[in-house]
Amino acid sequence: MFDFLDSGQYDLLGAFWVTAKLALYSAIGSLIWGTALAAMRVSPVPLMRGFGTTYVNLVRNTPLTVVIVACSFGLDQTLNITLGADRSEDIGFRLAILGLIAYTGTFVCEALRSGINTVPPGQAEAARALGLNFIQVLTLVVLPQAFRAAVTPLANVLIALTKNTTVAAAIGAAEAAVLMKEMIENEADALFAVFAVFAFGFIVLTLPTGLFLGWAAKRLAVKR
Amino acid sequence: MSSVLYDTPGPRARRRNVLFTIVFLAVLALVAWWVLAALNDKNQLAADKWSPFVTDSRVWTTYLLPGLTETLKAAALSILIALPLGALLGIGRLSDHRWVRVPVGAVVEFFRAIPVLLLMMFAAALYREFTTVSSDFRPLYAVVTGLVLYNASVIAEVVKAGVLSLPRGQGDAAEALGMRKGQTMTYILLPQAVTVMLPALVSQLVVIVKDTALGGALLGYAELLSQNRQITANYGANTIATFTVIALIYIIINAIVTHLAGRLERRLRRGRKSAAVAIPAQGGPTDVKSDAVSGA
Amino acid sequence: MKLRRTPAAAAAAVVLALTATACGSGSDSGSNGDKITVGIKFDQPGLGLKTPDGTYAGFDVDVAKYVAKELGFAEDKINWKQAPSAERENLIKNGDVKFVVASYSINEKRLKEVDFAGPYFVTHQDLLVRADDSSITKVEDLNSKKLCSVSGSTSAQNVKEKLAPKADLQQLGGYSECLTGLENKRVDALTTDASILAGYASQKEHQGKFKLAGLSMSDENYGIGVKKGDSELKGKINKALEKMVSDGTWDKLVKQHFGPSGYKNDPAPKIAG
Repeated sequence: MFDFLDSGQYDLLGAFWVTAKLALYSAIGSLIWGTALAAMRVSPVPLMRGFGTTYVNLVRNTPLTVVIVACSFGLDQTLNITLGADRSEDIGFRLAILGLIAYTGTFVCEALRSGINTVPPGQAEAARALGLNFIQVLTLVVLPQAFRAAVTPLANVLIALTKNTTVAAAIGAAEAAVLMKEMIENEADALFAVFAVFAFGFIVLTLPTGLFLGWAAKRLAVKR
Repeated sequence: MSSVLYDTPGPRARRRNVLFTIVFLAVLALVAWWVLAALNDKNQLAADKWSPFVTDSRVWTTYLLPGLTETLKAAALSILIALPLGALLGIGRLSDHRWVRVPVGAVVEFFRAIPVLLLMMFAAALYREFTTVSSDFRPLYAVVTGLVLYNASVIAEVVKAGVLSLPRGQGDAAEALGMRKGQTMTYILLPQAVTVMLPALVSQLVVIVKDTALGGALLGYAELLSQNRQITANYGANTIATFTVIALIYIIINAIVTHLAGRLERRLRRGRKSAAVAIPAQGGPTDVKSDAVSGA
Repeated sequence: MKLRRTPAAAAAAVVLALTATACGSGSDSGSNGDKITVGIKFDQPGLGLKTPDGTYAGFDVDVAKYVAKELGFAEDKINWKQAPSAERENLIKNGDVKFVVASYSINEKRLKEVDFAGPYFVTHQDLLVRADDSSITKVEDLNSKKLCSVSGSTSAQNVKEKLAPKADLQQLGGYSECLTGLENKRVDALTTDASILAGYASQKEHQGKFKLAGLSMSDENYGIGVKKGDSELKGKINKALEKMVSDGTWDKLVKQHFGPSGYKNDPAPKIAG
């Protein structure tokens, strides 16, 4: 039943490697972008607050497929932004990461905001009483606590991100979903086996993340 | 909370804020100008690419509105099936019996770990190979199956978290009154948990509406996003215009749903103050909500 | 308790409202009695296109209409059904459609699953380039060019495996997306069957912008797909196609749909029988 694995016709590991790389790069990028967005949303400058809120509400309500496809022909085909890549496959890969960052950043931002909300106001007040300015209050006192409180929602975002990489199939990044579609078409009689293989692959990718971060959330939780 | 993070701006801070505003505005304007200039340069802002959406009502009646109907149909069916199924799975996860709790937990974790897109592709192939479902409905079935399996698992987690967020005393008191486990769940715990969960459940609707778009690209379901092919084939490859309009429709639909969720949440919070039940300030709604938010 | 019930009711109302919209759309399923269901493309100008007023236009559509008429079905007795490339065999095998006229090339792999009437049209894989670009004259020129095609299509595989393995091939979801790139000079050529390209080139929005390069990189025989073993229907369709060529309808249709692009079509193919 699983003999298609030995045929050498399909590069399963390669496809999942692309998926893993997509997830990893996007995770780092969206953590940075999401933190910046969260900082904007609590900043003293009204325009930045407005931008952060508008951005989050717009992008979060758009299907990821639209975001990623827009990256492909909005940025690449029309504005000729290729992110330094030459070949179409590389461009697709990098733009998919950009799209995933733009989209996932909004969820990171919301997770962080819920984390910031768990920090007791006294913490920030005390920091201000010590004479710290906004950036210092945020980076030295509030965000470190907020991150620790936000580990669980952030873990969920990371798992969702890993699964969302499949949408990159829409602009031709050669990841797992593309391969699964091809295999379903060619190996229709081994349908369950094909599905089992891909399900297993994603469980391998997401389950340890979930378990590890669940453990980390308990370790890191701020005792109050 | 935000006001706690910084002092009320004095004259210097205010000047600095104005400076930041100006710099930020300049950067935004610069980016916007550059994008618009580039689009204009490539003739993407040409009137004939955009005007069909305003002047030709047939774009709406032939493509966009039927597509939107399909999107909403799939979303509504999915949430209607996923809600009761998710509630059952959630209660199952809380069961006192190991033989219920463990397999249900495994099922929930399994479907939460697999991308909806793969679930849909598998369901589509399954219906094609092993059932006689007519091809008119096959894509709809596949989309709904994928969405239900995934979202029921997410809802199960929401229900579990909602019930666990209730004070222990509620369950203990019901037990003390001599209620059976089923009664405690249906009369005491679930009604209270529902109020905690509602905002999370409504935000899950947003996720479902967005995820229907996955069915268009790879399964050939005639939902809103997939209409772009036919529109761009008719109006001279106006891809940018078409995608912008379609994205706006999604944003408006989801903004309405989110707005309702927000109103619901505010109303609940007001209700909670006057109600006798105090739900722990930290655990409950925030956690439950963040759980669902990430489920995109 | 009263306070609790309102939000629940509101949520129920939302869900109900959504269902109501959903049910309103209704659903009309396939082939009942005196109607015939035909699979076509919905998104290919010149071949099969759903137009804004909800009717269908194109060469394939008109061929289907002619054949249906010969089979005894007037135009208003035809149910049009979208037949995306990947779904064509399934639609035929499951009996969802009577026959498929959807830029459907006859090849070995497909013959294992379905039967073909025809061919009714011969075309070749070709390139669509910008009107002012004459740098591609032979297949070898492609190796240094940026190409675009639809992901998973046979044209894309052809380029990768045979024609120009070194060309930078971008695979996108649809031809319109490729056209945007071509218009904006992101790619140098869009490759697929010449008939499909001609359909795009003859659209009024595109006239004068693009042209066909005129390379014949493959032979594609378009056939009408029918259920495997249904030789009676196949025979009838073949007869209809022969009549269409002999009474001049074929020439008229080809001129009407491919004329404006300057596409030089092959003469009507011999029906294989």
